[in-house]
Amino acid sequence: MKCRRCTAKAVVQLRSHNAAFCRECFVFVFQRTVERSIDHERMFTRDERILVAVSGGKDSLALWDTLAALGYATEGLYLGLGIGRYSSASQRKAEGYAAKAGLRLHVVQLADESDAVGVPEAAAFTHRQPCAACGTMKRHHFDRAALAGGFPVLATGHNLDDEAARLLGNVLHWQLPYLAKQQPVLAPSHAKFVRKVRPLYRTSEYESATYAFLRGIDYVVEECPNSHGATQLIYKDLMNRLEAAMPGTKHSFVTEFLRRAHPLFAAAPEGSLGECERCGMPASSALCGYCRLIAEIERRRGEAVAHS
Amino acid sequence: MDVRLEPQGKSIKVAGRRRVGDLLVSLGLLPGTVMVIRGDELLTDDDVIEDVDAIELRAVISGGAR
Repeated sequence: MKCRRCTAKAVVQLRSHNAAFCRECFVFVFQRTVERSIDHERMFTRDERILVAVSGGKDSLALWDTLAALGYATEGLYLGLGIGRYSSASQRKAEGYAAKAGLRLHVVQLADESDAVGVPEAAAFTHRQPCAACGTMKRHHFDRAALAGGFPVLATGHNLDDEAARLLGNVLHWQLPYLAKQQPVLAPSHAKFVRKVRPLYRTSEYESATYAFLRGIDYVVEECPNSHGATQLIYKDLMNRLEAAMPGTKHSFVTEFLRRAHPLFAAAPEGSLGECERCGMPASSALCGYCRLIAEIERRRGEAVAHS
Repeated sequence: MDVRLEPQGKSIKVAGRRRVGDLLVSLGLLPGTVMVIRGDELLTDDDVIEDVDAIELRAVISGGAR
């Protein structure tokens, strides 16, 4: 198989593009695709400081590496979720990449925050799916860190597969508010929120993994132990089966949704946000989602003590 | 050939010389869901893996809260 650009031996095959690339050309094409996504969606400029949420996995490190290579002003944020050896290994990978690349990484440990609740504890006390509790906690701490650091933009490593799986889930359950918010750039709906962007929304998981491999990025290969049986993995498997039969399905599902369907969902009026009574961050009710979670944990902790 | 499956950490033996694409089909793996790694190189569907080779099939699918 030959590289489409230079005819050298190909090492990456992209069925959805009916193309293959050698190492050098793939790195170039990947970075160019990300840059075009940034420009097309007007995500940010080279004058803005960008906080990149880094998990130590392939997507977020590939994103950080690409943004740095393209000359954007980036700093990383690693959030220690308290998931045992997995979190320790992830943190080492994030720190290792930052040190090697000479980039600044901020580390926030949930255990060191005033609430001192890790993801496993939050899930156990509230009987929520760990991924649901994790998502609520991540969003809260990402928002706070971006605000505290004066960053106008928060970038995450969500890729095409994430977006396709999320879209499938939102359509299957007709989650209209979520469909309205599913876009690669989310403008701040409150003065304490920053712009949230997903520069990898047009590149697949396979592409970010191969980019990381070809760039020599040492990422955490191990999967989060809480992700076993996660609904998102079921949606991804379904999308991968469709993709195998009809290459390009994921790309057209997401990009055509954004082009043709999203404006219809986004037209629905959205309620205004107030501020959380507990933490002061934006909230649609008295407490924000994170503080509702923490309040539930505190209540259940109290009940557990009372019954012991 | 020796085939290591990551992140499961499992190893299996597959007899004979195979094209990458054929090996993935025989193992029930969908295209675009694993990287096929031999040493420090990535392989594509039409590359041939020799019986004496050792390869890694590294899954690229992440899940859960992102």
